[in-house]
Amino acid sequence: MTNNALSKTEPGLNRRIIEEISESKNEPLWMREIRMKSLEYFLNRPNPNFGVDISALDLNSIVNYVRPGAQNERSWEDVPEDIRENFEKLGIPQAERESLAGVGAQYDSEMVYHNMKESLKKLGVIFLEMGTAVREYPDLVKKYFMRLIPPNDHKFAALHGAVWSGGTFIYVPPNVNVPMPIQSYYLMGSPGMGQFEHTLIVVDKGSKLEFIEGCSGQNYSISNLHAGAVEIYVEEGATVKFSTIENWAKNTYNLNTKRASVDRDGTIIWISGTMGSAKTMLYPSSILKGKGARAEYTTITYAGPGQHLDTGTKVFHFAPYTSSKVDSRSISFGGGYAFYRGLVRVSESAIHSKSSVDCSALMVDDISKSDTLPIIEVMNNQSEIGHEAYVGKINEDQIYYLMSRGLTEDDAKALIVRGFLDPFIKQLPFEYAVEFNRIIDMHFNSKIG
Amino acid sequence: MELIKIIDLHASIGEREVIKGVNLEVNKDEVHAIMGPNGAGKTTLINVIMGNPKYKVTSGDILFEGKSIINLSVDERARLGIFQSFQYPEEISGVTFMNFLRLAYEKMHPDKKMSVLEFGDMMVKIADSLKMDHDFLKRYVNLGFSGGERKKSEILQLSALNPKLALLDETDSGLDIDALRIVSEGINNASKKGMSIVLVTHYKRILDYVRPKFVHIFMDGRIVKTGGIELAEELERSGYEEVRI
Repeated sequence: MTNNALSKTEPGLNRRIIEEISESKNEPLWMREIRMKSLEYFLNRPNPNFGVDISALDLNSIVNYVRPGAQNERSWEDVPEDIRENFEKLGIPQAERESLAGVGAQYDSEMVYHNMKESLKKLGVIFLEMGTAVREYPDLVKKYFMRLIPPNDHKFAALHGAVWSGGTFIYVPPNVNVPMPIQSYYLMGSPGMGQFEHTLIVVDKGSKLEFIEGCSGQNYSISNLHAGAVEIYVEEGATVKFSTIENWAKNTYNLNTKRASVDRDGTIIWISGTMGSAKTMLYPSSILKGKGARAEYTTITYAGPGQHLDTGTKVFHFAPYTSSKVDSRSISFGGGYAFYRGLVRVSESAIHSKSSVDCSALMVDDISKSDTLPIIEVMNNQSEIGHEAYVGKINEDQIYYLMSRGLTEDDAKALIVRGFLDPFIKQLPFEYAVEFNRIIDMHFNSKIG
Repeated sequence: MELIKIIDLHASIGEREVIKGVNLEVNKDEVHAIMGPNGAGKTTLINVIMGNPKYKVTSGDILFEGKSIINLSVDERARLGIFQSFQYPEEISGVTFMNFLRLAYEKMHPDKKMSVLEFGDMMVKIADSLKMDHDFLKRYVNLGFSGGERKKSEILQLSALNPKLALLDETDSGLDIDALRIVSEGINNASKKGMSIVLVTHYKRILDYVRPKFVHIFMDGRIVKTGGIELAEELERSGYEEVRI
């Protein structure tokens, strides 16, 4: 791997720290230039003027790079036991054997495991740790890297561009249907650190890919930061399903950016669950640039005690006959605050486009909060746009009905919440769905199993 | 044997007294009908017996199998074996009937372990007996059900959960004659298994199928007259005001 193993950087950010990171990764000059340019943007950009309050996040105390005590391995046996155990607990090696085409596992700032089935390699599928891809496929990576999310997009995209580390690169050549999902899992194990993995997915003409991303971390008394970036290129006639469960620890600021560009007749499907973190800002975006391109969203936001989760969806219709469908739901309980911020923009040229947005928010008690801010801008009069919104409290009569059938009040609430989230849960891989139901049961002291 | 005994029960919603001194005893495997005009408080009485937190018991007592239940929560009463059927059952989106019923069954009968398959078989049999499509079990609880389907769904639950006491609230309203017969058969089968039934209704017609041992006339928050099936017939002829006198 690398010859001068940097173990971790000092807290905060300056040119020297970035040089250290770049050097330890043996990066080509162009990548180092992206990092330096990003640093400049970062230092000059203000914080976002909307969303969550991040005034308590001290970026000068965040450690931006932490190398785990492990190399990037292709066999779980070679991953050190203490790190491997964390992934075993999450059931990842087992899921890999049973139902996945490839797995990446990142601990802190680097991938510790990355492997794909031989059959996919023969089809020309590339699945690599991002830094390795920069070295081995520089031309391919350079063509796409931070083009969809430019470093000057916003302050945390700039921070990401400066200090990104780890993540996944996938390239699927034309007309390949990847038969099983590929999964990457991101774990944050060190206190006070930032994790900045970069995911770059390019699915060429007529191909299909399902990608699953899982995220979690250990809880600490000091703040952690996650500012990842996901760039997805869906080429002509291709389909990508991108499923995420973000379950960061409750000390984490999750300021994450995800974007897909979709070419002619291509489809992006976002299945997105945000449940962890203290504060989140996350708005997966779809840029429908080719005629007939489609975007579908099924998202849930699950805000409990002490959490303020500001999430949403953004769709840009730039071509005729494009369509988008959004089903976005949130639960807030125990004083949690869920905010839906949605945008659909249909350009003048995107005639005959269709969009339907359905956002609903369920508050479980009187101390929790919920807001929705859906914005729809249509610049032509030949498109069909539909929108429905619902914000409400859990219904006492429903609880009474369920209790009259022997369920405790906690069971009744958990069952109603599960039902409300069902459109999302049934889209999840089995082990994630089971885990999700378990988490709901835990939060509501329920034993419905 | 006495299953439930209601003693001089008074209950209020807010400041308003709605149950004004009810006395009622129902023995094991008896069927009782409660008849009365709109707004008399029949549904309220059922809610108070079940423990709906909207109502406050101000005096009197309810004994179930000899023990007071007025301090128990709704679910505790349900687990003792009391079942309420609703006129307008709630819709629970995203929860299938099968999953909901299995969960309820486990709560009501924690000692009876049934596999998913055994439970499914039992449900299919009950659905057949009520002439219900099996797809019904895969649908979300009461979501988009027609009036008749809702009533059947309540009786399906009654049959599956097999409580000791069923409080049936206008189970007959809105049913066509075929559906009424099927639902009545469901109630009669439950009754034959030893269940006690309190049936609230406006009309005599369901009593042609489900034969009560006692008929109670309920007006203005209390039982004003008790008799046999002949009381229902008299009511049909002369109306509530006449019968009261």
